[in-house]
Amino acid sequence: MTQKLVIIGNGMAPGRMLEHLFEEDATAYDVTIFNAEPRVNYNRLMLSPVLSGEKTYEDIITHDDAWYEANNVTLLKGAKITEIDRNLKTVTSEAGVVASYDKLVIATGSNPFIIPLPGHDLDGVLVYRDLDDVGAMLTAAKSKGRAVVIGGGLLGLEAAAGLKARGMDVTVLHLMPTLMERQLDPAAGYLLEKAIKDKGIEVLTEVNSKEILGKDGRVSGITLDDGTVIDASIVIMAVGIRPSFSLAKDADIDCNRGILVDDKMQTSDPDVYALGECVEHRGDCYGLVAPLYEMAKVLANNLTGGNAEFTGSVTATKLKVTGVDLYSAGDFAEADDREEIVLRDAAQGIYKRLVLKENRIIGAVQYGETTDGPWFFDLLKKGTDISEMRDSLIFGQAYQGGASLDPMQAVAALPDDAEICGCNGICKSVIVTAITDKKLNTLDEVRSHTKASASCGTCTGLVEQLMSVTLGDTYDPSKVAAVCPCTDLGHDDVRRLIQVKSLKSIPAVMQELEWKTSCGCAKCRPALNYYLVSDWPGEYEDDYQSRYINERVHANIQKDGTYSVVPRMWGGMTSSDELRAIADVVDKFDIPAVKVTGGQRIDMLGVKKEDLLGVWSDLGDAGFVSGQAYAKGLRTVKTCVGSDWCRFGTQDSTGFGIRIEKFMWGSWTPAKLKLAVSGCPRNCSEATCKDIGVICVDSGYDIHFAGAAGLDIKGTELLGHASSEDEALEYIVALTQLYREQGHYLERIYKWAKRVGVDEIRSQILDDDIGRKNLYQRFVYSQKFAQHDPWSERVSGKDKHEFNPLAIFGQEAAE
Amino acid sequence: MNAFKKNWIKIGKLSDIPKRGSRCVKNGDLTIALFRSADDKVFALEDKCPHKNGPLSQGIVHDGCVTCPLHNWVISLETGEVQGPDEGSTLSFPIKQDGDDILLGLQTSSDGIK
Ligand code: SRM
Ligand SMILES: Cc1cc2nc3c(=O)[nH]c(=O)nc-3n(C[C@H](O)[C@H](O)[C@H](O)COP(=O)(O)OP(=O)(O)OC[C@H]3O[C@@H](n4cnc5c(N)ncnc54)[C@H](O)[C@@H]3O)c2cc1C
Ligand code: SF4
Ligand code: FES
Repeated sequence: MTQKLVIIGNGMAPGRMLEHLFEEDATAYDVTIFNAEPRVNYNRLMLSPVLSGEKTYEDIITHDDAWYEANNVTLLKGAKITEIDRNLKTVTSEAGVVASYDKLVIATGSNPFIIPLPGHDLDGVLVYRDLDDVGAMLTAAKSKGRAVVIGGGLLGLEAAAGLKARGMDVTVLHLMPTLMERQLDPAAGYLLEKAIKDKGIEVLTEVNSKEILGKDGRVSGITLDDGTVIDASIVIMAVGIRPSFSLAKDADIDCNRGILVDDKMQTSDPDVYALGECVEHRGDCYGLVAPLYEMAKVLANNLTGGNAEFTGSVTATKLKVTGVDLYSAGDFAEADDREEIVLRDAAQGIYKRLVLKENRIIGAVQYGETTDGPWFFDLLKKGTDISEMRDSLIFGQAYQGGASLDPMQAVAALPDDAEICGCNGICKSVIVTAITDKKLNTLDEVRSHTKASASCGTCTGLVEQLMSVTLGDTYDPSKVAAVCPCTDLGHDDVRRLIQVKSLKSIPAVMQELEWKTSCGCAKCRPALNYYLVSDWPGEYEDDYQSRYINERVHANIQKDGTYSVVPRMWGGMTSSDELRAIADVVDKFDIPAVKVTGGQRIDMLGVKKEDLLGVWSDLGDAGFVSGQAYAKGLRTVKTCVGSDWCRFGTQDSTGFGIRIEKFMWGSWTPAKLKLAVSGCPRNCSEATCKDIGVICVDSGYDIHFAGAAGLDIKGTELLGHASSEDEALEYIVALTQLYREQGHYLERIYKWAKRVGVDEIRSQILDDDIGRKNLYQRFVYSQKFAQHDPWSERVSGKDKHEFNPLAIFGQEAAE
Repeated sequence: MNAFKKNWIKIGKLSDIPKRGSRCVKNGDLTIALFRSADDKVFALEDKCPHKNGPLSQGIVHDGCVTCPLHNWVISLETGEVQGPDEGSTLSFPIKQDGDDILLGLQTSSDGIK
């Protein structure tokens, strides 16, 4: 029988462990994961780019829902384990869910340490550990003001730089004389301080905080030991982490500073393993991913009957603050039996120091120029005797053997086993072999096949150089991602060529643009079909076989193969007649579930495919058309009650919403399009997180766009103001048409806006009157061919075969 | 002992199935999906994805494969094998094309069709 494996915590260490486990044996265990965080697994190292706005949460997901599904892993999100019962071999969550295990893995990571200063429990005192912390910081950053960061280590400085990038004033308080003193010697710490200050961040060293001040339960400032008072609207504590082991301790598993494990990652209970930041191994606790990934590999091997061992590892640190280049590894304290080699170039702000013991490197610090970091680290880990190259060692690898300084040659000269990606422990030969054997051409491909540069990303440059060295001129780092493996062209090129070459059918596109497959794939065909529908209204005939099933049969497929049916309820308004007709349909076709959707209308779920035509026919008789709840096209226009009823309503938001929906329904767009109109800034229809939203005000209509409230959450951008309904409609329609013409297939409006620029869009819609009117006209023209209710078309016979079996025969038929 | 023999059943015409499309045939509890490729070859698979039983007949047909509508596994029309990194396979049935007629090959034993 398959054994039950339960994992507590869904961080980076167990994520990697499962990948190795499934590589070794995909069926050995039935896996259940409990995660206190209410989400899938993401790359924690990349929280700082999310904080600074360089990346989104979506960009940093490492294992999405589909991954858990495909690997048959049960992931319980937002489920914190509060008890382990080793006699019954069960774990219990806060909400009372009990799961039994044959093997248990504890991977609870660590907890940020909170200094128990007076006021530490005020609102606005934050730590920096997970996505919720980033969310809290971003909310606080909206109100600008000053952030005080306590702790000038890796996390504190990343938080400070991120908050500064978001427009806050930032002060870093550090107890020690120089920043990052655990990783840097004082000289490098000094250079770092200068660079941080150059970013406009205030740095105070050798200061001790005394009390966090509050007002109405919220942070208002902080006092220091010397009496200085600093105003602050948030305080971030980044003073260190403590392995999270109380759960294990309560279950009488041996713990010290962390959960004690042996070289096989086994705890004092042979059926319980632990890995990640929560463990203590041979006296060490780790706070960086590279050693955790090694543990992950060892544990996966042991869980599948192997006996690999983890014997500890040395770590190297890089700081991920844009514009600061810093690398440190090993031990660099001064001592009698140690020597050092130092290189300083004040003009260029470069500082390098190697600490040697018995002719071997034991510590390396580099600031300002770090390309040789991995090479030094490699020599350090291998304990290479450097006596032979001692004189030129500090100048780096390129100087060894008199080679020139070209970085490409330096990469080419690296030995095969030189480590390129420290986080993942990937060496040069692994990457080169993957590139040549698997014919990899893009950085993304190399990432997904080797994991190199997939964690903290600081070795991306090295990986790219390695790709250039291996692939020669065929590698072009600026190359855009192809639509799919059937072509090398990106979406923009395909859209442009369809226009330039007047391509009007899918076979024509594939022929002219030299598709590599005979008839495309499930990725490119729907994209091409959309581009053609959008570019050649009235000329191109929609190809149903190139549409996803939902759009082909105008209903949403459910997990059991039945469908759901959602009719339009214009602007969310309905009537007793409509409700009665829905009730009758539900009874007549024995529809198992009826639900009010998040889009202000009604969903009938569990309709059999054979019944769809009958359902639509009855709904059509009552005046309904398809709600297109399946379409990459106009979905809903949510409204509030507005001036018709509401005492605050400034305009007829309901009427305007209905008008927009009636004008725009049926139109196809690159991805789904959802609108809302609110009657006043109280915004009850949530217009400011929609693709396009209208907020009515006394003087007219504020038009917003590019919001998101699904996989990402983002408030809208203001497009502009219109003083009449007609004018507002023209802006909205022109904006939609611009998006239809420029968007990549499956790219929501907010992503398109991010790609082409909000200002650019604003100026095309607001400043160019003729352009806007033309966009509006093109939309109106294409609606002539789009506004046909697909349900009534189907009911009246179009492609009827879709809904009936070709033949039915049972056992009798064959006798 | 059961005697096995292959039985060719005429189930319809090529023109009944849209190009790069699919139709279903019901045989008792078993649903069989018939696919027509771009070059007019017909294939038959059980209408059940090896992943989570998704109805393959509702997927997109391309280059000798169909992509399942539920979670995008790609299945070979010829063999029923799952392509790429995923693993598994779906029952496949022999087809004979006689002019425009499509014949489905089922094994019959004395106790019914297999
Ligand atoms: C029915 C409904 C849930 C409900 O019971 O309320 C729903 C159901 C589904 N949503 Fe949704 N979404 C529904 C409102 C929303 C909303 C809220 C809203 O519209 O105000 C959102 C957040 C806003 C947004 O659109 O981003 C929402 C964000 C998503 C997303 C994430 C999209 C994104 O780009 O972030 C998906 C996944 C996707 O599209 O790839 C999704 C996908 C789905 C699918 C189509 C999943 C699927 O592929 O099977 C679900 C279809 C179920 C069905 O058969 O009906 N649904 N979905 C809602 C239908 C509204 C309607 O009347 O048409
Ligand atoms: C902002 C930031 C930047 C970083 N940058 C770097 C870097 O550049 N380089 C580097 O090497 N490292 C970096 N790190 C450190 C690195 O992220 C960690 O070493 C690594 O994530 C630890 O992995 P883990 O699996 O042990 O724990 P985590 O990733 O912390 O995961 C632990 C998970 O367990 C969950 N959990 C805890 N208790 C329970 C419970 N009782 N029940 C259920 N679930 C529970 C938690 O919610 C959490 O999701 C950074 C960390 C942060 C916060
Ligand atoms: S309806 Fe939307 S939120 Fe609910 S399970 Fe489906 S996709 Fe997820
Ligand atoms: S059921 Fe077919 S891919 Fe999931």
